[in-house]
Amino acid sequence: MVKAEISRKAADFFLKNIDMLIEKPVRFMEVCGTHTVSIFRSGIRQMLPEKVELVSGPGCPVCVTPNDYMDTAIAYAKNENVIIATFGDMLKVPGTSTSLYAVKAAGADVRIVYSPLDALQLAVGEPAKKVIFLAVGFETTAPLTAATIQAAQNQAIENFFVLSAHKWTNEALNALLSDPEIKVDGFLLPGHVCVITGEEPFHFVAEKYKKPAVVAGFEALDILQAVYMLAKQVHAGQAKVENAYKRVVKTQGNPAAQEMMAAVFQKTAANWRGLGKIENSGMAVNENYARYDALRSIPVQKELSKENPACRCGEVLKGNIRPVQCPLFKKICTPEHPAGACMVSVEGTCHAWYKYGQGRYHYGR
Amino acid sequence: MEDKFITMAHGAGGAKSQELVAEIMMPAFDNKYLRQMHDGAKLSVKNNIAFTTDSYVVEPLFFNGGNIGKLAVCGTVNDLAMTGAVPKYISVGMILEEGFPVSELRSIVDTMRQAADEAGVYIVTGDTKVVNKNNGDGIFINTAGIGELIEGCDIAPQNVKPGMDIIVSGYLGDHAAAIMALRHKLQLPDTLKSDCAPLNKLVAKILKAAPGIAALRDATRGGAAAVLNEIAGQAGVGMLIDEECLPVRREVRGFCDILGFDPMYLANEGKMLIFANKADTAKILAVMHADEYGKNACVIGSTNDTAPGEVGLRTNIGGIRIIDMPAGEQIPRIC
Repeated sequence: MVKAEISRKAADFFLKNIDMLIEKPVRFMEVCGTHTVSIFRSGIRQMLPEKVELVSGPGCPVCVTPNDYMDTAIAYAKNENVIIATFGDMLKVPGTSTSLYAVKAAGADVRIVYSPLDALQLAVGEPAKKVIFLAVGFETTAPLTAATIQAAQNQAIENFFVLSAHKWTNEALNALLSDPEIKVDGFLLPGHVCVITGEEPFHFVAEKYKKPAVVAGFEALDILQAVYMLAKQVHAGQAKVENAYKRVVKTQGNPAAQEMMAAVFQKTAANWRGLGKIENSGMAVNENYARYDALRSIPVQKELSKENPACRCGEVLKGNIRPVQCPLFKKICTPEHPAGACMVSVEGTCHAWYKYGQGRYHYGR
Repeated sequence: MEDKFITMAHGAGGAKSQELVAEIMMPAFDNKYLRQMHDGAKLSVKNNIAFTTDSYVVEPLFFNGGNIGKLAVCGTVNDLAMTGAVPKYISVGMILEEGFPVSELRSIVDTMRQAADEAGVYIVTGDTKVVNKNNGDGIFINTAGIGELIEGCDIAPQNVKPGMDIIVSGYLGDHAAAIMALRHKLQLPDTLKSDCAPLNKLVAKILKAAPGIAALRDATRGGAAAVLNEIAGQAGVGMLIDEECLPVRREVRGFCDILGFDPMYLANEGKMLIFANKADTAKILAVMHADEYGKNACVIGSTNDTAPGEVGLRTNIGGIRIIDMPAGEQIPRIC
């Protein structure tokens, strides 16, 4: 009881100051999907003054995974000698004509794992099969994939492969900011990504694009504090990268994890659902570890990939529209039958809007 | 019974079937009704009755805090109790898969007997079938039950009105967390176990203390969120839950944080929600706190007329979010 009272007092302090500091309407983007969920779960959107709008960015790894990748994974899953090992939320991501969930129901061997190391163990236990780990995620999960590939090499495990869709978030943010249509006045930077990368990769936000940015933690008060710091910068007409998550994020990040990524991956162009192809934003397995790259080691024929033309995930991911402005939202596209990836992951913007009842809400404003 | 594994013969109706009944089912479930050995049990009740049925499929079959047999008895007992009835008689139908270990079957029926004894119900009739290997999941159980409605009580969702208290009987999410942790081989503390329990005796006590209780519901599949939404919809009232009042164990909260689950949506097998006039709350809580299955009961929120059909949650920082009807199964997330 006491803790909640202190939380409410702190929240009141931030909200009052945000209200005082912000004079005209602003839009801040939370880049990370975990922020999106925390914002909805704590009710921050309703608590902020109306002139402060939070929009969700491209920071949910499931949401930005394109049909092309899913179609490849599905084609592999149909191969009788292959076991697909995946994080659970990839199961329902729609490909062009089907999903892993559907091919699993039809008999494909698709297993949920919690870490790439689980997939490696699976490979050890199933020596007659080829285990392909769907390596999806940003800088937060990539180091573990890199470590697992190194472990596979050290242990001479020959039936473990990865299908890498790992991505660099800073490159996506760069692409987003270079789009003149984007109207965002400041950024909540992804705390967990910065734990690995440090702040430096995001300095361009302030230096090149003159936008304020604050590295934010994930508790409700962390987020309110970060919004408050953005408001202070906006009020003062400043643009710098600040860290509101110092208890976890070090300025230089985690050098050991950075080295591991550098040892195993090389930068490549990558497709982002909704954002399209972004140069240098992908992590491909490099030549030294080529034999662990599913694409280079296991031939596969996949169907021709097409995106659903009515799905507006892309504009949602850019923060240009709200989910309720998509014609499919809640009509054709639901968590049960997602048309776009933003509805699949619990961290997807559309899923959060759907789940937390935006647009049909009679409590508060 | 010499067989170590169930064979197709155990479901064929001949000598092996009789052996299964005589050596496993009868000794475990034995009572005067079962001993009639008719095609059906002849029973008597004094009042109007409630009648319910449910089928049980769970993987894994055995888990910390119970097994499929305990679920099958407690589930039906609890469904009857939630209608305001005293559970009396239940039936047990089993579908066994060829090759199912007889030792596991014994263990399951023994647990069922213990649960029935604790709940004070008789297992009065039953049936067993066997399906070919790979055509079942070891064992499926269906139970149906009859209970006598308690006079003077009228339990129905439509009786829930604005301004009532919402009480939960204890910690939320224990069952689902225990099962999922096991299913996905996650290491969790031993203290985390299924809450599977018969609630009928506790229900009888609280109905005696507060016969005017409007509605009761056990928070099984879909968790507390599903129950709140169902009743909000049926009664046409709004509900506002206070996050800081929600009883969730630390380990369950941690489990949820790691996998992206929400304890409000996790299944329970021994927890109920009670909707009652505020004037009755203290009486109900006093009774519950003296009972093993209600000792952690607390008020988690109240009903209102500001947002008919909607369930809101006041968060720890003072915001409000919607608790929606669960959609689809909960799937663990990436990061």
